[in-house]
Amino acid sequence: MKKIINDPANVVPEMVKGMVRSYPQFITKIEDAEAVMRADKESMTGKVGIVSGGGSGHEPTHAGFVGKGMLSAAVCGEVFTSPTPDQIYAAIKAVDQGQGVFLVIKNYSGDVMNFDMAKDMADMDNIKVKSIVVDDDIAVENSTFTQGRRGVAGTLFMHKILGAMAQNGASLDEIDAAAKKVLPNIKTIAVALSAATNPETGKPGFVLKDDEIEYGVGIHSEPGYRREKIKPAKDLVSELVGKLNDEMHLDHNKKYAVLVNGMGATPLMEQYIFSNDLLDKLAEFDVKPAFMKVGNYMTSLDMAGISLTFFEIADEKWLGYLNQPVETIAW
Amino acid sequence: MGLTVNNLIDWINNFSAKIEQNKQYLSDLDTAIGDGDHGFNMSRGMKAVSQKLSTKPETITDVFKQIAMTLISTVGGASGPLYGTAFLEMAKKSATSDDIGELLEAALTGIKKRGGAEPGDKTMVDVWSVLVPEIKAHNLTREKIDSAVAATKDLVAKKGRASYLGERSKGHIDPGSQSSGYLFEALLETEGIL
Repeated sequence: MKKIINDPANVVPEMVKGMVRSYPQFITKIEDAEAVMRADKESMTGKVGIVSGGGSGHEPTHAGFVGKGMLSAAVCGEVFTSPTPDQIYAAIKAVDQGQGVFLVIKNYSGDVMNFDMAKDMADMDNIKVKSIVVDDDIAVENSTFTQGRRGVAGTLFMHKILGAMAQNGASLDEIDAAAKKVLPNIKTIAVALSAATNPETGKPGFVLKDDEIEYGVGIHSEPGYRREKIKPAKDLVSELVGKLNDEMHLDHNKKYAVLVNGMGATPLMEQYIFSNDLLDKLAEFDVKPAFMKVGNYMTSLDMAGISLTFFEIADEKWLGYLNQPVETIAW
Repeated sequence: MGLTVNNLIDWINNFSAKIEQNKQYLSDLDTAIGDGDHGFNMSRGMKAVSQKLSTKPETITDVFKQIAMTLISTVGGASGPLYGTAFLEMAKKSATSDDIGELLEAALTGIKKRGGAEPGDKTMVDVWSVLVPEIKAHNLTREKIDSAVAATKDLVAKKGRASYLGERSKGHIDPGSQSSGYLFEALLETEGIL
């Protein structure tokens, strides 16, 4: 393992300090918690708080999206490990303005349980809390026999829509209703070229041969649905778009936001090549994205690969929310 | 025979030592079907618990509460809330009972409620649901613990991260069941409780 760190046990606190000290104009640390909140506290006055978080190792998610117009606070767990209820609760308490707090949770058993316990703690202190569990990864079958689908890069669109609404003064109930409406419209699928190495274990999450790729891998190296030999970018695009189309049935009369997301170790050059082929592919469906982003947004440490998210803009207002300016490190 | 502050702390310190000795093994089990951090997360939590218990709480309820709050605030992942809930339920139950069987039964109910798992889902519930009745019947043995843990090997995971593997989760011992096995081994080895 070769990493720019000091001690594997200190990666999260040192990273949080590094982010806060580098970007004091956007974020500040919440006392006694590995969590950050907006530096611009006035931007939260009288508004519903939006809090997200999860294991670390997905930077710039989640702390990079804290700021005016997006998240109010983000909780940073250990690497690939859910944050604990007391930390989540500290973030809820820090941003509550009496209007309630909305939690954006990704569908992992640890996150769901820890955020639930934090919600119980907030209830006891009479802070109104509602939440949504994002499960956009279509690699896993959605069935009652599994944990269900995972929350991955598409979560970013949830953050953006709800963050814009909260900034514009929406109530907790309005945000809750919108979150439920947005959720089924976000779908993501990934392809991995190599696994992430967790600094604490020092070992890769899985091993692929030099010429091998795996479709459907999760952001913590969860196994995907198929391994095969590496192919040209346009063939990878075909596979991923095909999977998404099976779920969403692309329709040229509908509007879509698209996120091409690097998993951490894939150069932007390759992401742009992928995007170029993607736009050709979408043209075959007579679809032109109404909104598009390319870059490293929801990474998985040093995993090489790309995830592709389609978000069907089922409500015209959502496009406005996506384009609304924010003051964050990474949007 | 019965639960006291002293033997309860002995039990937990013994559990902590077993976790420390086997943290790499637990993480290896977790690498096969999860995300490889179970041993490290439990070790971080149990070290904090042992440290907390060095200033001896006065009552059994306080000991359970300290363990619960420390695990909840240091372990994270899924194990933190599950083990934390187990000890929190024992803390609650200990106000009216000092019977270890009844306490562990309350813990099992809490674990099932928190994680939504049932026996057969390849989780710690499999080990707890087999061994708690044995403890209530005063029949706990090392062999029963070993076989309860080993039995998770042939199950297909239906909860947690391992469930994404489906059939491929077969052939691996569930890490949470293994760490629970250590908890029951530690209990069996602590004199005066059972």
